[in-house]
Amino acid sequence: MQRFLPLIVVAALAALFLSMLLRDRNPHEIKSVMMGKESPAFTLPALLEADKQVTDDVLRTGHPVLVNFFASWCVPCRAEHANLMKLAKEHHIPIIGINYKDDPAKARAYLAELGDPYVTIAADLHGRTGIDWGVTGVPETFIVDGNGKIRDRLWGPVVVDSIEKKILPEIEAIK
Amino acid sequence: MAPEIGHFALVMALMLALLGASVPHIGIHLGNRRLMALADRVAVGLFLMVAISFGCLMYSFVTSDFSVLLVAANSHTAKPMLYKISGVWGNHEGSLMLWILILTVFAAAVSLAGRKLPLHFRARVLSVQCLLAVGFLLFILLTSNPFLRLNPAPAEGNGLNPLLQDPGLAFHPPMLYLGYVGLSVSFSFAVAALIDGEVTPLWARWVRPWTLMAWIFLTGGIALGSWWSYYELGWGGWWFWDPVENASFMPWLAAAALLHSAIVVEKRDALKSWTILLAIVAFSFSLLGTFLVRSGVLTSVHAFAVDPARGIFILIFLAIAIGSSLTLYAWRAPKLVPGGLFGMVSRESALVLNNILLSCFAAVVLVGTLYPLVMEAFNAGQISVGAPFFNYGATVLMSPLIVALGIGPLLAWKRGRLSRAAQIMLPALGVALVAALAVLWHSSGQLIMTAVGLALAAWLIASVFLEVAERTQLFKKPGRFWARAKAIPRASWGMSLAHAGLAVIVLGITISTAWTKEELKLVSPGDTVKVGAYDFRFNGVAPVAGPNYTAVRAFFDVTKNGKKIAKLAPEDRVYAHPMMETTEAAIRPLLTGDLYAVIGQAAGGGKWSVRLYFKPFISGLWTGALMMMLGGLLSLSDRRRRIGAPTGSKAKKPSTKLKEA
Repeated sequence: MQRFLPLIVVAALAALFLSMLLRDRNPHEIKSVMMGKESPAFTLPALLEADKQVTDDVLRTGHPVLVNFFASWCVPCRAEHANLMKLAKEHHIPIIGINYKDDPAKARAYLAELGDPYVTIAADLHGRTGIDWGVTGVPETFIVDGNGKIRDRLWGPVVVDSIEKKILPEIEAIK
Repeated sequence: MAPEIGHFALVMALMLALLGASVPHIGIHLGNRRLMALADRVAVGLFLMVAISFGCLMYSFVTSDFSVLLVAANSHTAKPMLYKISGVWGNHEGSLMLWILILTVFAAAVSLAGRKLPLHFRARVLSVQCLLAVGFLLFILLTSNPFLRLNPAPAEGNGLNPLLQDPGLAFHPPMLYLGYVGLSVSFSFAVAALIDGEVTPLWARWVRPWTLMAWIFLTGGIALGSWWSYYELGWGGWWFWDPVENASFMPWLAAAALLHSAIVVEKRDALKSWTILLAIVAFSFSLLGTFLVRSGVLTSVHAFAVDPARGIFILIFLAIAIGSSLTLYAWRAPKLVPGGLFGMVSRESALVLNNILLSCFAAVVLVGTLYPLVMEAFNAGQISVGAPFFNYGATVLMSPLIVALGIGPLLAWKRGRLSRAAQIMLPALGVALVAALAVLWHSSGQLIMTAVGLALAAWLIASVFLEVAERTQLFKKPGRFWARAKAIPRASWGMSLAHAGLAVIVLGITISTAWTKEELKLVSPGDTVKVGAYDFRFNGVAPVAGPNYTAVRAFFDVTKNGKKIAKLAPEDRVYAHPMMETTEAAIRPLLTGDLYAVIGQAAGGGKWSVRLYFKPFISGLWTGALMMMLGGLLSLSDRRRRIGAPTGSKAKKPSTKLKEA
């Protein structure tokens, strides 16, 4: 038996590698994969209200929304925050926040300091939902139409340019 | 024209490799010496064809022939010549060409330097080597052809990743590949021995120099890579437990284990089955490294462009090469009857302990590298295994290894006496305790791990010294030291030097980790920052224009107690093709440590962010690696006469016959 052990280990590893290769896991292809698709389902605890849950139902209210992945430990998130505030206050676009791999206490402190642009926030403690959505890092922002379909995806921080050229026109188009 | 010649030569090489992989076995089966001897000619011819092909590719790079896709994608006319050449292997296709070139170099070397190996055995080894070449040549020709043309040809190329435009990195891949692929020889020797169904002390004597050579190159390649990340990545780190670093470290550990277990086979005719397994595993780790880098299964700074077809191909190749050799092993291993017996306390036992610890370490690294993949495969989420895991494993496994390493060389073969070894080593124990207590007292009991590290390093250095002293009877008959020292075989000096090198590395890691001084500051010209005992005065910045980059260069004067020590000029470079920013740290190695300065962003108002370090004794890492390499070379020079020069009766007959063939 002993002499077969190395062979067994190698066979197991080969199977593992094969399954990883056959999966479609190139992060740069997710864009085309996710766009136009149904947004992945999630049920997560709410960040601000204790004992409450946030589910993907919030994406199916009939109104287009933004889904923004953020974390208090992420410096670019801090940078985009003012723009998110502007989108919420001036353009009245509902933003769903998904707090990615963060300490809830720190996230609440972060929002207390910079203001809260979100209509509701889900706490994705282990980054599980982030993987379902194909997030490669924070911040990332998705434009979702009122029926739960993903229309577009923005890598990195939301900047003035992407507000004017992408977010506003696309949301206008959905309406 | 050159790319077409290169492509053609590569196809010819494939034909030769197919010939070499099959005909010698038929020759051995039929007992036909002419067919067996064909292996030698094929090996040399194969090398020539691949060399021509590689030369053609290099020619295209040197002349910046942008009608070749690979050159257009990875080179640029404004690049210095060194990086045009190193650009050949700075990409997936070219690095595979380098890999196959080295594989055939080793095949030719076995054929030419191994003239005294028995003909049938040499033919077996070469045909296994040819079979490996078939796999890689098919991989290149089917999925990664480096000679693809581009029509119309662009006027200018894309350039090489600026991080790779560095002398350290120009030589890092060839060195590392010489190590990786060098292990293919040990692999071929092991497979050939399994096919023949016998492993003799003679076999171990043949395989050791090749393993040693591969190990020396691996050591050099890893040290170069570590040195590069130390001065190029700009924050003074030198090892990150990155998957690809791990991929180079695992074969190193396996090769180190193999070197030691082969000694037992050679001297005592024991551990045969284990040694064969190690030889297969060591090269399998090399192949695994290639797979991980090229398949995109793991993400790493080293990864090449991802192409699933390549991943599948190389996985199949991997499965065939490793799977079949291990199947052969499972089938033949029971035939390998262990020879010499040995007691619990003996040189053999010490080497077995060495092997267990090194193998466990390799297993820990393997698990840590692949664990994120396993988690992901079972949909348990994406995680990363960080440095703490590996550092913990390294500490737990390397500490007993170093303790044993001090005693091992003093134990006799078969049955040693621990009391004798302990008696000789008593002073080393004293030195280690003093070192540990000094650190603990100095830091008021804070730096426990530092104390352990220093004690281990002190123990190892002292025990190497005591072992040499014992051998030369330095204390008993000092007058005859030189005469005795000369009589000691070089291999033994090599061992002492390599072991001392390990001690110096441990010393470098321990001291630099514990006492590095670091300052991150915003400074204006004229400001002085105190880093440990050193004062860094910032004298401002100046723009610099290089051949293919522009840079901001900062100027520092470093003084200690008002005395001038060094001038440092770190740069922040912006490369044009492709657009990329790199930091060029300024480093001045002093006897006690490195002064290390990095210039960062302009912070407005004439201020600059700078990072300044004093890293005590960090050069111990590279000095130690160099000592290991020199130790290896010393040992190799001793047994050069023995490369393929066995003294068995079986071996003598074919060597004369071969000259006719």
